[in-house]
Amino acid sequence: MTQPTPAMLQVDAVQKIYTGHGRTVEAVRNLTFSVGDGELVCIVGPSGAGKTTLLKCIAGLLEPTSGTVTLAGEAVSGPPESMAVVFQEYGRSLYPWMTVEGNVELPLKAAKLPAGERRERVRDALEAVGLAEAHAAYPWQLSGGMQQRVAIARAVAYRPKVLLMDEPFAAVDAQTRADLEDLVRSLWHRLGVTILFVTHDIDESVYLGQRVLVLSSSPTVVMEDLTIDLPDERNQLDTRSSPRFAELRHHVYEQIQLAKHRKGDQRPDEPAPDRSAAHGATVAADAGR
Amino acid sequence: MGTRIAGWGKTLLFALALPVVLIAAWWALSAGSTNYYAPPLSTIFTAFGDTWIGARMRDDVLPSVVRLLIGYLGAVLVGVALGVLLGGNRTLRRVTEPVLEFFRAIPPPALIPILFLFAGIGDTAKVIVIVFGSVWPVLLNTVEGVRAVDEVLSDTSRSYRITGLTRLRRLVLPAAGPQIVAGMRQALSIAIILMVISEMFASTNGLGFSIIQFQRSFAIPQMWSGILLLGLLGFALSLLFAVFERRTLRWYHGLRASQRGEK
Repeated sequence: MTQPTPAMLQVDAVQKIYTGHGRTVEAVRNLTFSVGDGELVCIVGPSGAGKTTLLKCIAGLLEPTSGTVTLAGEAVSGPPESMAVVFQEYGRSLYPWMTVEGNVELPLKAAKLPAGERRERVRDALEAVGLAEAHAAYPWQLSGGMQQRVAIARAVAYRPKVLLMDEPFAAVDAQTRADLEDLVRSLWHRLGVTILFVTHDIDESVYLGQRVLVLSSSPTVVMEDLTIDLPDERNQLDTRSSPRFAELRHHVYEQIQLAKHRKGDQRPDEPAPDRSAAHGATVAADAGR
Repeated sequence: MGTRIAGWGKTLLFALALPVVLIAAWWALSAGSTNYYAPPLSTIFTAFGDTWIGARMRDDVLPSVVRLLIGYLGAVLVGVALGVLLGGNRTLRRVTEPVLEFFRAIPPPALIPILFLFAGIGDTAKVIVIVFGSVWPVLLNTVEGVRAVDEVLSDTSRSYRITGLTRLRRLVLPAAGPQIVAGMRQALSIAIILMVISEMFASTNGLGFSIIQFQRSFAIPQMWSGILLLGLLGFALSLLFAVFERRTLRWYHGLRASQRGEK
C-alpha cells in the first residue's frame, strides 16, 4: 500500500481495554493504519468488532489504553478542533429543542464565529445537503433520512479537516441510504475533506471507499487494507453492477466471514473453527439484498 | 376556523360544567342554613366582596403573593443551581445525598418555630420557610434530569467542543427541562401551603393571618371567603404555570407526539 499523500490521520498500535466490575474486556487489540489527506477510507468489520470503540478513540471521546492517534501531526488527547463526527443515532445526536438551523449553527457559535459568517455557512451547508427549505423545522418534524442530512450539514458547516462517520446510514431505509451514500461521495469531491467511514455493510464500504480496512472480531486488529480500484465517478446503477465491484465485494465478504471466526489473538495461519454450514443461510439471505 | 372556535367552546364547556354544578349544589344545599359555622353560600359571596375588594387586597393579599413569589422563585433558582452542580458531579452527589435526604424528610412546617426564633417573624423568615420547603422537588428533579442527559447528545457536544456555559445553556438545561418543570410544578403547590401556614403561625398581615383572625373572632362567612380566595389564587397560579410550561416545553410535547406517531 503506497500513500500518495502525507497522512492526515495516523492510528498507531491503539489498544482499548475496558475494566469494571472485576472484569476486563479487550475491545481493541492493536490497530495501526493511516489515512492520507483527502482520502475516503471505509472501515468494515463484523458486528461487535469494536468499531465504535475505535471511532471514539480517534474522535478523542475515549482515551485508548495504549497507542496514539495523530491528527495532522498533532497527538489527539481530547476532541480535536478540526474533526467532526456524524453518529448513527441521528435522533439522539440532534438537539430536539433547536430548529434545524439552530442545530447546524451551534458548533459555529461555540467556536465564536461572527454572526454573518455563521449565517452564510449554515445556509450553504443546508443547501449542500438539499435541506434549504427545512431550516426552520424542528428535527423531530423530519424523516430519519432528513435528520441525518441535518447532522451531515452540521458537520459540513463546521468545515473539519477530518470527518468521522459511525454507521451513519444503518438506521435508514435502502432507498434513502443510496441517496445519502451519493451525497457523501459528492460532498467529499466538492469539499476535499478526509473521511473515515465506519460501516458493517460490505456493499456500502466498497461503493464509497477508496480503501477498505477489514477488521477482525474483537479483540480487534486490521485484517486487510484493500485498495478499491473502481473509477472515481461512481453511481448506484453502473458501479454496483460492474464486474469489478462484484469481485471486490466478494473478496471483502470472504474476509468478513473469516473475520467472524478469527480474533486478534489468533495467528493468521491458524485454522478458524469451521462453522460454514451454520453461515450458509446468512450468506444466502445477504446475497438477496 | 369555525370548527376551531367550536372546539374551544367545547373545551370551555367541559371545563366549566362540573364547577357550575358544584357551586349550584352548594348554593342550594346551604340556602337557609341556620348552622352558624356553615352559612349560606350567598352570605359567603356577599362577605367575599365586602372583605377582599378594597384595602385588604393591598394590605393582606398583596404581601402574601409577594412573599410567595419571592420564596418560590428563590427555591427554583437555588434548586436548579444546586441540582446542576450535584447532577454533574458523582462524588459531590454521593457526599451530599444522605444529608439532603435528611433535610428533605423534615416536614417544613416543623422548622417554622425555629426559623422564627432566629429570623424573627418578618417577611424574611416566611420567605426562608417557603424556599426551604419547596426547594426539594426542584433540586432532586434537576439532579435526575442532568444525570439523564442523552449520552449520544453529550458526545456530539463534546466532539464539537461545546463546553462551559454554552454547554449548560444549550445542552444541560434544555435536556433537563422537562424534569425541572415537573419539579417546579410540585414546588408551586408546596410554596402556597407554606405561605399560608407561615402566616398562620405568626404574622401581622397576609391571607393565612386573615383567615385565622376571622376564625378567632367568629367572622365565619369572612373566613370561608378567605378560603375561597386561596383556592382561586392557587387555581390562577396553576393556569399561569400551564402557560409557562407550554411555552418552554413546546419542543418536548412536539417530540413526544411525533414519537407516538401523531405528526
